Amino acid sequence: MSRAGRHRFAAAAAGLAAVAMLAGAMEVLVRTGGVSALVIAPPAALPEAFARLWREGFVLEPFALTLAQACAATMAAALVGIPAGYWLWRSPLLGRAYEPWIGAAFAAPTILLFPLFLVLFGRGYATTVFVGFIAAVIPIVLKTREAFAGVPRVLLDVGRSFHLSEAQILRRIAFRAAVPGIFTGLRLALIYALVNIIGMEFLIDFGGLGRIVSEMYFRYEIPGMYAAILLIVAVSWLFLALLSGIEAWLRPR
Amino acid sequence: MAASAVNGAAVLRLRVLTLVLLLGSWEIVARSGWLYEDVVPPLWRIAVAFARLIADAQTWRHLGVTGWEVVAGFSIGYLLGAVFGMVAGAWRFFGDAVAPWVDGVATAPKIVFLPIVMLLAGTGIASKIALGALSSFFPVAINTAAGVRQLNPVYARVGRSFRLSAWNMATRVYLPALRESLVTSMRLGFGLAVVGVLLSEIKLSNAGLGYLANEHYSQFRVPDLYAVILLIFVLAVGSNSLMGRLLRRHPSPEK
Repeated sequence: MSRAGRHRFAAAAAGLAAVAMLAGAMEVLVRTGGVSALVIAPPAALPEAFARLWREGFVLEPFALTLAQACAATMAAALVGIPAGYWLWRSPLLGRAYEPWIGAAFAAPTILLFPLFLVLFGRGYATTVFVGFIAAVIPIVLKTREAFAGVPRVLLDVGRSFHLSEAQILRRIAFRAAVPGIFTGLRLALIYALVNIIGMEFLIDFGGLGRIVSEMYFRYEIPGMYAAILLIVAVSWLFLALLSGIEAWLRPR
Repeated sequence: MAASAVNGAAVLRLRVLTLVLLLGSWEIVARSGWLYEDVVPPLWRIAVAFARLIADAQTWRHLGVTGWEVVAGFSIGYLLGAVFGMVAGAWRFFGDAVAPWVDGVATAPKIVFLPIVMLLAGTGIASKIALGALSSFFPVAINTAAGVRQLNPVYARVGRSFRLSAWNMATRVYLPALRESLVTSMRLGFGLAVVGVLLSEIKLSNAGLGYLANEHYSQFRVPDLYAVILLIFVLAVGSNSLMGRLLRRHPSPEK
């Protein structure tokens, strides 16, 4: 094994060991009565709690539901956001008028507007998907515009020198050169949509993974609640890792 | 297609036109009766509700609660995050060991930790402070660690060649060099603390602006609800940009 490989392996093992020790300490704390089992679920109870969630259909179905909403939100955001980003680049007037607004919206806590969506759309998928859509569309617009703006001028000039029409330049040159940048926007969008939708599900007790946490809390099933929260952390991490991997793999080398 | 070709007046006209169109279509929907009554109240009723909200002393009490939760939560999360990030950045092995765990929790929506926090700290103010701290900890830690890793090694070498003590090394070399990432973390962490505190207030609380929004929502006082949301949003955006402006006013000495 190379030196870097050894270092990575040792670090990963140390991280795992530290987490295992932390879990062991919590287990001891709960068993000795230092902390009530109604506050911290003893880690040893988690596999059984997870198995129960699985048996009762609280894992796969909610996961599929949340994923479907996140994908729907991201797709809608792509349909709106990619053309919007293109137009912000194509028309300098639109770009200068709206880009600062969209940039500000990116930094603004749009999820705080959710009671408004709740009133407008009701407590249902329309609200959760809309929250995901808002979270997803902003990075898509910004990254798409950035991607088009980053297309080297030379490439466009080559197209013009061949007397290509504007539509041909867009389809054959600009769009292709912008694809990696647009993909970055899509990756961010899917993650933001997923995370915001899970948060919304928890807040309004509706839908997939987020709802399970809320339900377990109100049922006072403490190990089940911890298992559901860990499941959300695992799903978030998996998505982040998977999408970064795909992007790195797609990127021209 | 140079941006300078666009004149400022045209941009302004377009923006004003957009705002007028947006507000105008809201007003048309409000008066049309297409939607269930009161879901989209006319603008003047929202304005009246907003004025009433601002004039009400109760609002300021709730604002005080929320403000305290945000400031306390942010301060705790920022300090812990900055220290954790410096250690993780400087001590390579530790940083690599914790990275996957930190990234995992950092990506997940923090609001789902609220039940755990409420079991540990009760449903009162302490739980909101804890959630604010949790929300700001991760971006601060990650950003600070990245800042430490990107430090120019020459700084440390210069410090060592002057035989600086560990304390002087930290305060004279590392902290000034880390300024930029510490300041960026401050902005990121503060914004997320605001979100964490308000979302947990909306979920379950008995004081604060989030609580106020929830009260109006559960009694379907829509114009009042919109007024509170507007106030929350304006304050959140305003405090963020104020923070940004304050931090920009002291540019780092290098630039």
